[in-house]
Amino acid sequence: MRAYRTFKTAMRALRRNVMRASLTTLGIVIGVAAVIAMMEIGNGSSQAIQHTISTMGAYNLMVFPGNSFMGGISTGTGGTMTLTPGDADAILTDCPSVAAAAPVVRARAQAVYANRNWQPGTLYGTTPAFLQVRDWTDMAQGDAFTERDVRNASKVCVIGKTIVEKLFMDEPPIGKEIRLQNVNFKVIGVLRAKGANMMGSDQDDIILAPWTTIKYRVTAVSSSYSTTTASTASTTVLPSQVYPSPGEPLYPPPSASQQADTPQPVRFANVDQIVAAAKSGPEVPTAIDEITGLLHERHHLKADAPDDFTIRDMTEMTRTMSSTTELMTTLLLIVAAISLVVGGVGIMNIMLVSVTERTREIGLRMAVGAHSGDILHQFLMEAIVLCLIGGAAGIGLGRTVSILVRMIKHWPTAVSMGAIIVAVAVSALVGVLFGFYPAWKASRLDPIEALRYE
Amino acid sequence: MALLELRDVRKTYHLEEMDVPVLKGITLSIAAGELVALMGASGSGKSTLMNILGCLDRPSSGEYWLDGQEISGATPNQRATLRNQLIGFVFQSFNLLTRTSALDNVAMPLTYGTEYVHEREMKKRAEELLLRVGLADRMDHQPSQLSGGQQQRVAIARSLINRPRLLLADEPTGNLDSKTSKEILQMFRDLNEKEGLTVILVTHDPEVANHAKRVIRIKDGLIENGASAPMKEKIT
Repeated sequence: MRAYRTFKTAMRALRRNVMRASLTTLGIVIGVAAVIAMMEIGNGSSQAIQHTISTMGAYNLMVFPGNSFMGGISTGTGGTMTLTPGDADAILTDCPSVAAAAPVVRARAQAVYANRNWQPGTLYGTTPAFLQVRDWTDMAQGDAFTERDVRNASKVCVIGKTIVEKLFMDEPPIGKEIRLQNVNFKVIGVLRAKGANMMGSDQDDIILAPWTTIKYRVTAVSSSYSTTTASTASTTVLPSQVYPSPGEPLYPPPSASQQADTPQPVRFANVDQIVAAAKSGPEVPTAIDEITGLLHERHHLKADAPDDFTIRDMTEMTRTMSSTTELMTTLLLIVAAISLVVGGVGIMNIMLVSVTERTREIGLRMAVGAHSGDILHQFLMEAIVLCLIGGAAGIGLGRTVSILVRMIKHWPTAVSMGAIIVAVAVSALVGVLFGFYPAWKASRLDPIEALRYE
Repeated sequence: MALLELRDVRKTYHLEEMDVPVLKGITLSIAAGELVALMGASGSGKSTLMNILGCLDRPSSGEYWLDGQEISGATPNQRATLRNQLIGFVFQSFNLLTRTSALDNVAMPLTYGTEYVHEREMKKRAEELLLRVGLADRMDHQPSQLSGGQQQRVAIARSLINRPRLLLADEPTGNLDSKTSKEILQMFRDLNEKEGLTVILVTHDPEVANHAKRVIRIKDGLIENGASAPMKEKIT
């Protein structure tokens, strides 16, 4: 009851000077508004970055072949040719934490259509699962290629928006043929535009084709010019079944007995990379463990032997990016906190002036029986009420600012309940901290002196 | 039994290294129901004596019996409670809260009472008092909308809100013209005669002192005359 009395007295005292009270509280209003707006914009950009990362294929894992040493010289990642499409299939079937996995064969080739040509930033041979891994299954036009196309090494491809712009201009691309390294690919689908990734490279500058086609028709053809035709001969397991090598064989095919007599090393259908997606963020480490175990087994590595592959995950990148935004949010919060402190000092200043100005009132209140504690409580309550009203107004202003920012600048914002709670708590705290000294000063006054004060 | 009694009350201020004795042994008693004027030139110790009488200050030595309690050793908070419960103050400069209605001004001391008084009860009591001082139609007016005399009436109403035993008026007519002064002084007389309220008028004005039934004169920290009630008063 006494607290309520004090509250009423404080409210009455504030109402006696509304203009000054509102000016006093302005610092807190701006401070709290800054905190709220900063937190909401910070939260929003943090969520936007999460979203960006998820459009890059959230929870992606990339398996690269390991390095190999040639006479003491490391070839670096990808130096060995140990990953196979079979590994990708096995990862999908044997690792429960993996949602999708696809082999990737990288290639570099000039894409030609009519009198225009363009070198795509990315030319991947892969399987349809790649689109699942990259969260890209919805096509802008047409369809993705199928497992059947992969088995048949069909000369089909899907292309990104940038390729459409560069090669086709305004023509509809579906059904047209583009030439890659003297192989004609029929465009059967256009990928949804994804824009640049976090690092700024254009994700739409892409051509995807069945990995078999890229490996055995595009890269193999190019190698047939540079190296002997023997390398493209039917020593590989797959291409001999799915696609005969181009041109006339220089040598008659060896008979079965000849092959048995002169065994040739079987050329591995290796892939450059396997991309996989974990089922969820927390399962990424599990997926890494599972893939490591599986590949160890499949590659016949001893338990203590070093991996002949490297696994990279995007969560590291996610973490880096979100820690960047966290840092940004923290910095903004510090700025906002400083403005709150400045607001608090403003309150203290005005409260001190107010105490001096109301010395006679304090003297009178003491003369009619107010204890020093009553005076302390009254002035403290005034400061707290001011701060809380300022806090409430600040929350409103901050929300308005963040809504305006979202509407006008199209920045992503997100309501932060935490920020609101913190803002209220901090403004009450500022009220207590900066209200205490003036209130204490008021309560120390001698009623006789105070009554005589001019 | 006297309402208040001072026995050899001394007050000494310490200014740096010098001791300045202001009250040099005051002994006086005031009975309940008296109307007393406390007179003295400035510097005589009149204000100091009034502060001690009003429990705003405590004596350096001596005893002060108020309403049967010896309170010279009371703590500031105890004195605050005594002021709230026993004493009503009327000041020369009214000391009303600005931008606050007459009603709220009158009810203000109740906020600091020892027991909780309900809002409605507060309003009722304040209204009754304003009615009694003749300001029934000015209850919602703020001090700036009232004349000096009206402001002093509000102040008197405020001093009465806690039903005090003692009314201490410090130059209550100092800021008023002679006509209003008479009205205010008449009000003190009425309170004294009709309600038996003990009133001490602190003044330097003989006109004002004439309204009192007994005059205590103080000079150089000592009582010149009027330390105890005149015999005549006691007999009747």
